Amino acid sequence: MAVNTAGRRAGITVGMSVADALAVAPGVVLAPADPAADRALLDRLAEWCSHYTPWAATDVWTETVAGGGLWLEITGCAHLFGGEESLLAHLSGRLRRLGFSARAAVADTPGAAWAWARFGGRERCLPASGQREALAALPVAALRLLPATAATLSGLGLRRIGALYPLPRAGLAARFGREVAQRLDQALGHAPEPISPRRPPVLHDVHAAFVEPLGRPDDVAEAVRRLLLPLCAQLEGDGLGLRRLEVTAFLVDATTRRIAIGTSLPSRDPRHLFRLLGEDLSKLDPGFGMEMLRLSALEVAPQAAAQTTLTAHGAEGRADDFARLLDSLGNRLGFDRVARFVPQASHIPERAVQRLPPATAWPLAAWPERRRPLRLLSHPQPIEVVAPIPDAPPLLFRWRGQAHRVARADSAERIADEWWRHSAPERDYYLIEDDQGRRFWLFREGLYGGAVPPRWFLHGVFP
Amino acid sequence: MSASPDLTRLRARIAALEGGGSEAVAGVVPLGVAEIDAVLPWGGLPLGCLHELALGPSGEGLDDGAGFGFAALLMGRLAVQAGKPVLWIGSGDPPYAPGLAALGLAPERLVVVRPYRAAQALWAMEEGLHCRALAGVLAEAWTLELTPVRRLQLAARASGVPAVVLNHGTPTGTAVTRWRVTGAPSRSDPALGVGAWCWHVELLRCRGRGIDERGRVAAWDVEWNDETRGLRLAAAAGDRTAAPDWFRAAG
Repeated sequence: MAVNTAGRRAGITVGMSVADALAVAPGVVLAPADPAADRALLDRLAEWCSHYTPWAATDVWTETVAGGGLWLEITGCAHLFGGEESLLAHLSGRLRRLGFSARAAVADTPGAAWAWARFGGRERCLPASGQREALAALPVAALRLLPATAATLSGLGLRRIGALYPLPRAGLAARFGREVAQRLDQALGHAPEPISPRRPPVLHDVHAAFVEPLGRPDDVAEAVRRLLLPLCAQLEGDGLGLRRLEVTAFLVDATTRRIAIGTSLPSRDPRHLFRLLGEDLSKLDPGFGMEMLRLSALEVAPQAAAQTTLTAHGAEGRADDFARLLDSLGNRLGFDRVARFVPQASHIPERAVQRLPPATAWPLAAWPERRRPLRLLSHPQPIEVVAPIPDAPPLLFRWRGQAHRVARADSAERIADEWWRHSAPERDYYLIEDDQGRRFWLFREGLYGGAVPPRWFLHGVFP
Repeated sequence: MSASPDLTRLRARIAALEGGGSEAVAGVVPLGVAEIDAVLPWGGLPLGCLHELALGPSGEGLDDGAGFGFAALLMGRLAVQAGKPVLWIGSGDPPYAPGLAALGLAPERLVVVRPYRAAQALWAMEEGLHCRALAGVLAEAWTLELTPVRRLQLAARASGVPAVVLNHGTPTGTAVTRWRVTGAPSRSDPALGVGAWCWHVELLRCRGRGIDERGRVAAWDVEWNDETRGLRLAAAAGDRTAAPDWFRAAG
């Protein structure tokens, strides 16, 4: 059972049974534990905290042992909020106003911050390299040890972290395992402890915070439009173009909304990007109000500087128009639905063509010389055929109840599977024309006279 | 056809009122067959407007090989003349690239779009028609309402990009030209196998031309010529043998 501050003041302690708790404080409100919902809430909070710093993560270890926590790596972000102290005050103030009872601390190492946040007296920023003195007075459990280990250490009389300093590390490791020594080193900064952020930090992002939260979608769109300009200027300075852009809106109730777009060729034209965002942006609901907006370039690629031409109808203008069309189609329909056909070096009809995104380079393979149908059915359709044995073209075939009498036919083209596969039997393909002038591609799979009778299929339609 | 001056003037006035005189402003692509180009008032297919190709109602497309072939040929000529890429919008089986290359539409110039709803297909067509960097837009459609067709026509006229619609359903009624292409027996000796592709091309409607007693403007039998990579009028149909030669030889 977990208890909040008011409950603790009323006399309920962690580990008490429900009957005892009800006896001590009759007005207590009980709610069943829901770890999944707690985790989801922590995730949402971590998302929201990413407006302080993009390097935010949930504390996975603490979840399993004692409640939940968040890590925020604020190196280099503190100056945006007026210093570490004021960032700390801002963060705790916001969390308190949102209704959470939370404690925070700022320190050089994650271990020291965790220890002070949970076991220190009041919230403060530990001085740089001052964690050794600050941690000395804290109980041993503040080192993020498993409860069993902490109990063993207390039983041996090592109740404060300071008592562990003079002990030889080898002895600690031998007696209690690697855990104690490792946690001590991490807290004091002798061993590295990296935090993995929930979302990988991006190099190019711009953000804007609003004094009064924006409530209307028009205002949000205008803010995005204005914010695209410095982002594109940043990219231009680095010679890069956007491949994927993400717009994150931080709302006043500590939730975030995101939309993302992609381009097929790198782009840093603010008008084009705003047009691609267009419809999704109008559907972005600011809810109770949007207090901060961030645009992040999730994926960038090198883009050379373009020489501006006097007219928009030159070759560069046309190439831009075409790239814009591809981006527009790809974002609305999905980039996998816009493709070009590229030859592949294979004589198997199904494998001779590859679908690739339009912007890829053209390979060196060539199209096959023999006559090929204009439409290839994705699955060959079985047909009934009247044909002379052993390998003459068919005289008549029936498909879906309709009989087609054959007037002309080419001799067979044998297509066997690639020698390294050996999976499918050989096919004899026939280009036939019926008496109405329609032309089809049929094939016979297998040979007459074998154990399995051969089967006939319709594979394509010729013009 | 010699018409009286009054009739010519009346026709010109009606054409101006309909707004139809401005079709050929963006340009014309000749089909390469002198007889067909002579019948079309512009000497070829006008750019910047909507053309329609009527296909059979069956969804399987077995009867539509000739129609698709003609469409591919048209797009190929558009791409070659303009030097720009072509958009093909369709939800069914996509065209097979080696077959397209054989008809003059180089797959390097083709971008294929596969929407999964009719509304998306219309939107994609309009987007394509707004882009001046395309030589033409081809779309396979089942039903086309009048309002979307008007928007497509306006977009085509503004940008000069022609649109070809392969219509499986009811005719639109406002296309500048409407064709139907069906397969015709090839003109080769049956003993030599299947000859060059041969089609029966009918021009069902054309703005500025009336229809004859059979309900169409004109009809031709055309043949694909591999050497010139173009169409030509096919020779008169020879007699068709009752059964192929190899069957008779085998007894």
